[in-house]
Amino acid sequence: MLYSKKEFGQLQLLLPVILLVTVFSLVPLLRGIYLGFTDYRLGDPITFNGIENYIQLFKDEYFWSSFKIGMVWTFIVTALQVSLGLGLALLLNTKVRFVSFYTILILIPWATPPIIRGILWRQMYEPNTGAVNILLSNAGLISASINWLSSFEYVIPAVIVAGVWGEISKAAIFLLAGLQTISNDLYEASKIDGAGIWDQFWHITLPVLKPVLAAIISLTFMWNFNTFGIIWVLTQGGPGGMTRLPMLAAYEEGFKYGYIGYAAAIGNVMVIILSLMLFMYIRVQLRERNES
Amino acid sequence: MKKTISFSKIAIHGLIIVYIIFLLFPLLWVVASSFKPTQEIYSGSPTIFPQQISFDHYLSVINGQQIFRSMWNSFVVGVVSTLIVVLIAVPSAYAMVRYQSKVNNAILGWILVSQIFPVILVMIPLYVLLRYIGLTDSLTGLTLIYVVWSLPFVLWIMHGYVKSIPMELEEAAVLDGATRTQVIFKVLMPLLLPAIGASALFAFISAWNEFFFALVLMKSPALATLQVELARYTGMEGQARTGPLAAASVIATLPSIVLFIFMRKWLTKGLVSGALKG
Repeated sequence: MLYSKKEFGQLQLLLPVILLVTVFSLVPLLRGIYLGFTDYRLGDPITFNGIENYIQLFKDEYFWSSFKIGMVWTFIVTALQVSLGLGLALLLNTKVRFVSFYTILILIPWATPPIIRGILWRQMYEPNTGAVNILLSNAGLISASINWLSSFEYVIPAVIVAGVWGEISKAAIFLLAGLQTISNDLYEASKIDGAGIWDQFWHITLPVLKPVLAAIISLTFMWNFNTFGIIWVLTQGGPGGMTRLPMLAAYEEGFKYGYIGYAAAIGNVMVIILSLMLFMYIRVQLRERNES
Repeated sequence: MKKTISFSKIAIHGLIIVYIIFLLFPLLWVVASSFKPTQEIYSGSPTIFPQQISFDHYLSVINGQQIFRSMWNSFVVGVVSTLIVVLIAVPSAYAMVRYQSKVNNAILGWILVSQIFPVILVMIPLYVLLRYIGLTDSLTGLTLIYVVWSLPFVLWIMHGYVKSIPMELEEAAVLDGATRTQVIFKVLMPLLLPAIGASALFAFISAWNEFFFALVLMKSPALATLQVELARYTGMEGQARTGPLAAASVIATLPSIVLFIFMRKWLTKGLVSGALKG
């Protein structure tokens, strides 16, 4: 008999999961990777074309600019989300009064769907009726209204602010959970040794928080690299492709122009970049574990 | 000494409030716009708070069938996919914890690995597959996708929770003469309820907020989900649309915010009870 009775019982219970995951996740994914090596267009027969897509990608100016903006977006947004999130988590962890009330308010941007985040900021940036121009001109900082989302100069900072806004809360709540695992005794002991707040942060908080921080950074990095909805609503990748993140590029190639194979190739390149980042992260983690 | 302490406390409150202003202002602005009469929005120098309260934009959203219908579509897809996910995930998580085998590592490993792949890679072949079986542009197809999409994370949460329930509880119940079904429904279910609640909310919110799959799959306007409908609405933004769009955004965000506040309660409750047991 191939399986023991026990294993058979387990397989029966797991069957729906195994079936769904195989048919709608594992197989499509493998097929997606394969399609990245074909010239497939919807409705046409599929022909394997080796690395031709990648040679073409390498020469494709749009692809390079999309990846460049993708990297700029991912690094800046991740850095700001995590550092601002950490700042907020540290503030909330001081256990001042009203913290649970504050936390509820802070959850709100995180609960806002990505599309609505885009709509909110679109209305904020609206040149004539939006709050940003009104506040800046009331403060005397600008004299003419700025068209934030269609100006080459301002569009990138504008979308970055909107992108950072939605996920600070998520980083803060996760990091706060990490901070709460640090025992108060450590701080008390260090206080007796004469450590200041800054010493405590560097020598107690950061080292203990490191695993949580590392996890949050790599997850946030992956999410940001795959951003789609908010940019779709804010700029649709414009003006002139300046905010065309890799996912938007892949979507356009695949579902707007029908170059399915080419879109899958972009997806494959994204996987390679993310895996490299993840690999570096795991290597750093392992090295540290070996050292300690 | 005492003075510096209270000063630092004020500074902490002050900084938190600065964060909160930044985090809430865009939403407040749009909530305010949703209550402003159209001419006030376009008056050239609108104030933050509406000078005149008007419900016109809300009425136009509720009377305009499109947004209301898309909201109903999102609701149905969200509820059905959540039910299916929970029904599949609870017994599966139980099976994974109670019968250790190689299949577990394969499933847990896959849950982690699948996170690296951008959705576009899965979406392309899925689109082809769904088109082949006639499930593109269908709420059934979308529900199916959402089940598969939130299953890994829900399975992950449930797996962790089931693991935290001591085996001895079940064994004691069996010794007392309980049947397998009784063990599951009388012993396990009540303990798992917070986890089930949290993962159900998670699954519902994921479906309610999802945009990419819906954008690719749903082509007929009558089947659009709320997020797709709102994005379409933004694209056509002409003059008088700011107000209704603001009202629709507020309506679309409310369920999500309410569920989040609940979910937080549930999650902390689960975490605390888990910590006490451990």
